[in-house]
Formats: sequence, structure tokens, C-alpha cells
Amino acid sequence: MGFLSFLKNGIRGGGGQAAEGTKADRGILIFESTSDVIRAENCLKAAGWSVRVMGPPPEIQRGCDLVIEFPLIERLEIMRLLDHASASPLEMVPVTGPLLAPVDLFQTVDYGGWLMVRAANMKICIEKATETIVNISGGGCPDVPYLAREMVGKSLAEAPRPREIGHTLCGYALELAHEEICRQCSAS
Amino acid sequence: MLCIVGTVPEAGFPLVTGPVQMENGRLEIGGRTVAIHRGTPALVGAVLAAATVLPLPPVEAWLVGDIGRGDGSRRLYAHMEAELARHPWTVVVFHYLQPDVDWHNRVLFAVEKIRPRPVLIADAGFMYAAKMSGQAAAYDLFTPDAGELAFLADEDAPHPFYTRGFILHQEDRVPELVERAYRHANAARWLLVKGRTDHLADETGIHETVDAPASAAMEAMGGTGDTLTGLAAAFTAGGMPVERAAILAARVNRLAGHLAQPTPATQIEAIVRQIPRALKRVLDPSLSAAFSLRPAKNNP
Repeated sequence: MGFLSFLKNGIRGGGGQAAEGTKADRGILIFESTSDVIRAENCLKAAGWSVRVMGPPPEIQRGCDLVIEFPLIERLEIMRLLDHASASPLEMVPVTGPLLAPVDLFQTVDYGGWLMVRAANMKICIEKATETIVNISGGGCPDVPYLAREMVGKSLAEAPRPREIGHTLCGYALELAHEEICRQCSAS
Repeated sequence: MLCIVGTVPEAGFPLVTGPVQMENGRLEIGGRTVAIHRGTPALVGAVLAAATVLPLPPVEAWLVGDIGRGDGSRRLYAHMEAELARHPWTVVVFHYLQPDVDWHNRVLFAVEKIRPRPVLIADAGFMYAAKMSGQAAAYDLFTPDAGELAFLADEDAPHPFYTRGFILHQEDRVPELVERAYRHANAARWLLVKGRTDHLADETGIHETVDAPASAAMEAMGGTGDTLTGLAAAFTAGGMPVERAAILAARVNRLAGHLAQPTPATQIEAIVRQIPRALKRVLDPSLSAAFSLRPAKNNP
């Protein structure tokens, strides 16, 4: 993994959008694939850790990447947990520069009998009366047609979650849209 | 000759290349059949639907199974690097592929060897990789939606997932986002921005818009952007300049959607079925006269 070699001394600076001010106590976990990121995030959140998925520093962006930001002081505990879950990262490094923040804005369109929620470039649409997923649109990564095939025609309750079967940033964005539409349904 | 490159959502689907036909509403290629759902199969379906009305040049598809792990995409990237330049393509469409900058650059390098140079159209994951590579200007047409336009306009975003909040993807900001995308060289020679209003733009700004007929439900449907890209590719391969092909595609796609009387639950196959009818209706005599049906004009 040559592209990771520069990380040995820590990441500095970078031209990305700062999610927040620079902190000295953050690290990032770098994985082979977005699927591995999602699996590790599930594992860490299930164990009660407060971690965030973020965009990698520009120096290591390859095209469809996520990293997990975590409190550096907890690295041993987190590594133990991930090792135990067979979800170890490729690298764990400190970060002193800004990371890219995922889009966190949702757009909702009410079509009367149907409801659509958009997160980043992904949209999910359900029939309100049955909460059946009727369409998934947007995105450009290859798991989007796959996710649509597996989810459309099923209810929100019975359909697989994008975070379980998705592999890319588009899949992750669909997970956010899915969470939001579930939240709106439970609130109504 | 038109080449369509993309993926199908089946993990075990092998790499297949060659002529593609439509039989009983399914694609047939290399002895295999593929359902015309969203994604690259919908794009191919739109091309073949247009071919029932217009005498298009031969159409090939290069498809591979990929459910998001990227393994199929990498095999297809490698095949493109080795084989694309061996064929006299006039139009190449790059579609659903795992975005990967290194592979993108290797493929573009191979394409640059084709003489005369084919018209290059990119959408979906390959468009993401083209923008991230800094090579967007090498392409003739991108077909982003409003959210993807915001991604093109954000010079720092490596994927639409990271588009910065101050670059909101609101349709009323299309001219501003187009200008920003070109300022940072993150757009193709032409942009067809699909949405409630479709915008055709280049580095000088918006050239034309299409907003009728309007079917609000199409925004919720998966695959309407794929059929639009497919129609633009088909008309370009049929001999139209890419910018005119894009506008004709917008008109036909909208009319096909209107004829399907869609709800947000309508599936893309319903629109593909209406494309021949919509195309016949849009191709009035004056437009037909302008439609040369010669092979696409290659770039110098």
C-alpha cells in the first residue's frame, strides 16, 4: 500500500474542507474498502464508541473512500475491539489537518401517497400507506443498482439495510437517507 | 460504432463484450440476458429502443458484474486499457463503474490513442473519477443531476458525498454552479444538467433549457438519468453534434416519461417502452432533416 507510506509520520494539512477546527487528539482508521469501514463503524458504535465516518485527507483519496475518525487517546481499546471482531484497519494514524465532512443535509419531497428523502446524491422513495420502498435513485457507484434490486418492493422493516449490503459512498449515502426516512415515518 | 461500458448488479456476471440486442424486454449479450432495470442496462435499453426508430451504427456493450466491491470494475478497467484502442469507436459511453482515479487515467490514456478520437460521454461513477482525476475537460459530455453538478462545482470534493454545504444543490443555482465547475476545469466540453428543467451548458454558460413536458414523479424514479444519457449517446452515434443530441435526448426522455404516466413507484422499464413512440413524435420533419444519421463526427 504505497499510497499509505506517507502516513507513517502523520498527516498534516491538506486542502479539504475542514469539518471543524484542527484538533490534536484525533486519529483516523484506514481500511481496504468502504465495506470494511462500514463494518468497523457498526462494531464500534455497537460498543458505544463515539466515532465518525469522514472523508480521507486529499493525499490518500482514491475515488470512493471513507475513514473513521476516533479519539486518539483510546487507540489501544479500539484496536483491541476491532481485532477481536476481525475488523482491523490497515493503518491507524494521527491527524492534524482537516477532514472532509459528509453531506448532512436532507431534502424531503412529499408526493401525496409517496415520500422521497434525498441524502447527498442518493434518493429513497416509499409508499406512505405501506412503507414499501418503491424506488431508489441517484448515485453512480455499482452497488446502487444492486441495492435497488435488493430493497425495492420490500417494506422499510423487511428490506436489508444499505449499511449491511452496500459497499461504497453511494451506499453509505443511501443508508443516511434510509435512516432519515425511517425517522420521519416513526415520527408521523 | 458506439461502445457502452458499465456494470450489472450481479456478483457472478462475467466480463462480456460484443453486440447487444433486446429480446422480450431483456438485453441479450454474449449468450446472456440482463433485465433492463436502473443502471447501465437502462442506458443500453434506451439506446436499443431508439434504434428501433433510427438507423443507428452498430452498438456494443462491455459489461461486467459488480455489486459495489469494485472487483468487476477493476477487471473491466483492465480490459478497457488493453482493448479500447483496438476498435474504431465513434462514441464511447462510460457509466456505472467503481470510481478509481488510477484506473481512470490508464483508460483515458488508452482512449487518447484512438484515431480519429471518439466522442467521449461520461456519467455516474466514471464521471466521478473523471472529475477527481482533473481530466474532466477531456470529455465531450457529462450528464450530472443537480447534486452531481454541485459536486463538479466543488473543487475539493472527491465524491458527491463530500460536497460542501455552502455549495447547495439547488436547481435555481445551476448557472452559478456551471460557471464554478468550468472555472476549476471540472466539467466536460458540454454539460447536460438533468432535473425539473434540463440545462445544456458549456464554458460560456447556459445555452438551452428544456422543461416540458414535466413529470415530477420522474425525480423519484431510478434510471431516468440513465435513459437520458443513453439517448444522448445514441443520437450522437447517429450523426448529431453532441450538444444537439443532448437537447433532443432531453426532449425525448421527458416525453417518454410523460407518456408512461409515471407515479413515484413507476419502474424505468415503463419509460424505456415509451421511447420509440416519444422519439417518433419528437422527430418532426424539420428535425429529421437536420438528423444526418451519419456516423458521429470525431473530434480533431
